[in-house]
Amino acid sequence: MKAFWPAKPPFPLLHIDTTWKFREMIAFRDAAVAKLGVDLCVHINQEGVRQGISPLTHGSKVHTDVMKTQALRQALEAGKHDAAIGGARRDEEKSRAKERIFSFRDRNHRWDPKNQRPELWNLYNTRLNEGESIRVFPLSNWTELDVWLYIHRHNLPVVPLYFAKPRPIVERDGMLIMRDDDRFVLKPGEKVVERKVRFRTLGCYPLSGAVESDADTLEKVIEEMLLAHTSERQGRLIDHDQSGSMEEKKREGYF
Amino acid sequence: MTLSFIPGGSVSEYLHRYERNELLRFLTCGSVDDGKSTLIGRLLHDTGRLYDDHLKAIEAESKVHGTQGGALDLALVVDGLKAEREQGITIDVAYRYFATAHRSFIIADCPGHEQYTRNMATGASHCQLAITLIDARSGVTTQTRRHAFIASLLGICHVVAAVNKMDLVGWGEGRFREIESEFLDYCVKVGIAGPIAVPVSALTGENVVTRGTNAAWYSGAPILELLEKVRVEHASPVAPFRMPVQYVIRPSLDFRGFAGTIASGTVKAGDRVRIMPSGRETRVRRIARSTEDGGDLSLARAPQSVVITFEDEVDCSRGDIVSCFGGSTETLVAQKFECDLVWMDETPLTAGKTYLLKCGTRTTPARVTRVRHCVNVDTLEAQQTDSLALNDIGRIEIETEQPIAFDPYRRIHGTGSVILIDRMTNATSAAGMIRTGDASDAHARRAHWETAAAPTLRAPVGQSLVSTAAREARWKQKPLAILLYGSSGSGKTTRAFELERGLFEKGHAVVVLDGQMLRAGLSRDLAFTEEERSENLRRASETARILLDQGFVVILSMVAPQAQARWRASDLIGSERFMMIDCSDVNSPDTAALLRMVTAKIG
Repeated sequence: MKAFWPAKPPFPLLHIDTTWKFREMIAFRDAAVAKLGVDLCVHINQEGVRQGISPLTHGSKVHTDVMKTQALRQALEAGKHDAAIGGARRDEEKSRAKERIFSFRDRNHRWDPKNQRPELWNLYNTRLNEGESIRVFPLSNWTELDVWLYIHRHNLPVVPLYFAKPRPIVERDGMLIMRDDDRFVLKPGEKVVERKVRFRTLGCYPLSGAVESDADTLEKVIEEMLLAHTSERQGRLIDHDQSGSMEEKKREGYF
Repeated sequence: MTLSFIPGGSVSEYLHRYERNELLRFLTCGSVDDGKSTLIGRLLHDTGRLYDDHLKAIEAESKVHGTQGGALDLALVVDGLKAEREQGITIDVAYRYFATAHRSFIIADCPGHEQYTRNMATGASHCQLAITLIDARSGVTTQTRRHAFIASLLGICHVVAAVNKMDLVGWGEGRFREIESEFLDYCVKVGIAGPIAVPVSALTGENVVTRGTNAAWYSGAPILELLEKVRVEHASPVAPFRMPVQYVIRPSLDFRGFAGTIASGTVKAGDRVRIMPSGRETRVRRIARSTEDGGDLSLARAPQSVVITFEDEVDCSRGDIVSCFGGSTETLVAQKFECDLVWMDETPLTAGKTYLLKCGTRTTPARVTRVRHCVNVDTLEAQQTDSLALNDIGRIEIETEQPIAFDPYRRIHGTGSVILIDRMTNATSAAGMIRTGDASDAHARRAHWETAAAPTLRAPVGQSLVSTAAREARWKQKPLAILLYGSSGSGKTTRAFELERGLFEKGHAVVVLDGQMLRAGLSRDLAFTEEERSENLRRASETARILLDQGFVVILSMVAPQAQARWRASDLIGSERFMMIDCSDVNSPDTAALLRMVTAKIG
């Protein structure tokens, strides 16, 4: 918004909705779109919906592949988009650390980490053949602290899930999962307990682990992060499917 | 000191400190197994940048892929890709981030294999400092030289050699000094201003973040302290303004803004500017920003991204450069260029082929008209060739379809750097640094020096009111230039300064022009090709000629390997007031003999 002011961004915004996102996040998204007056496309993999793909029954690997990776490919192909801009940062995860700012994808949306275009100075090679595309990560060199510093300095609104509040929590496989709706069926022995938690990262709710916290203001959230001993993606189940799993997902076209 | 947050402290105060931290981008490079990844792992670990879950993952992996017998292998922190973890090598640039109480850092971890030299150049294009790893057991290698050379080519002034695995050579000072001196010599040759060598063990951490006890003989700083203290060259406030136009914002008929990232200098509302290459002149009306974000800016500087509007409806579009106004501070415009290249494509460069050249935000077809040479990084010799292969470094002449605006890379990186794109494969084939525009002119200048008729022997001394005869009477000497030449180690510089002292003590007015001294300043744009050596001698000779005209005795101490160029120097200065001594010749006169010869001639 800032870069193109007084015009609006000259491209549409895209959200890949897995149907398993936090309700508060969707509400925040819709409020932001209304306030800014931007053009948002929401894409859901209808094929996946028909098959009833769910992180609970199919596991995180299948769910992520069908509802995120495949869905993103469908949306990009449908819109004939040759570039998709995302907010991924290199400090998030080891294989992301090797990502280019302009990251080339072949016709099958595949990332070939061994054969990336050299990226010199700020001279980006954006040449593409039909069907190929580029993922662009302008915040590559920001750190988690940089993001919070920016939010703090400009007093930007964030999804309330980042702030601590009593929420209905189920403990499963050592993760604190928020039961955001009835689709989350309890296993024998599990029960929903009200716990004061917040999220450091927001994915699909059954795959996003909460942390117990009292940080209910921006300053407290930053303070907690500064004193933390674990990384932000630690709560993301999908990173831990198998060793090197983010790299596998990225090769297949995951953002 | 780490930038740690004390529980209970003020978050805003901490953020304020963090925000003011200066940013240093540096790269690490070296041969395979020199221990780059371990060194970075060590820096991150010892500055408290590793999270528990990362450490846990590394501990688990150390047992499978680790090289430390199951113990924590810090190299695994950075070797992000699966293939690397399995092969135990780094194959791409990886970026890491950490901060201390003094600075924030971005590390570009560059691969060591020769086939990944292009990645090293990529990393170097973003950095202000380079750390090159040297295995204390093997010393300076071709890779070390290649990396120092690429660093200098890309304009990195600070190069630190981390002489690693000192624990494996018993922390011997002798071994370290040997490597240090070889490394420093090479750096001086390629024109790196301040090279430093540090004895370290990334494995044990000694001299990485903290000092240890094993190298008591080393009085310098550990790596981290160097990183915190090295002077970072900031965009100088007097640097000329350049903004390549990236995008034109035109939401309505009343607003036409030009968006871009400032590549150099500063801009204020009201500044006179030129749109290049057309040369149209206008003034900056606004540096526009929404009221919500604080309203218009009165001043912006590199590397800010801004939207500016002009007073006049000038023709300006993506690819143009908005340049400051005023004679020699403006960008140059040319169609023919002389460029240094790092070739990055599997398919070799061949003269005559047309590529897409991207400079700033402009992409234009350009034909490589000539490959001048390829540099042997070991000897720095320029070898004649008509093609460049993957990882070759060379110099070319290239001609764009239309004239474009540019600056020599040495002057402004942002408008002097280019990439070449293969039009068939879309591969980024080369990184280029523009030396001069209109290569044929540059060529003509040199051709003139080497082949033109000898200049008039004694040019008039400008508008000086002091006659040559009056000067000779004052200094009680006839002006004379003595060229002491020969390879390094031939003793020419020693003899030059001894001769100077001898003449000075006898009351003569005498000056030494030393080749190394010139390369530190007057000739800092020159490398070591035949042409550039010749050009260095030309500059020395012109300087000597001016000094001779003022009545001085001038001693030139130069390598000057080409006889042709030496004779040209004699012609330029005037053979009757010029003598040359080959210091490589074992029979050449010693200082005492020289002093007698010179005194006789000038007396």
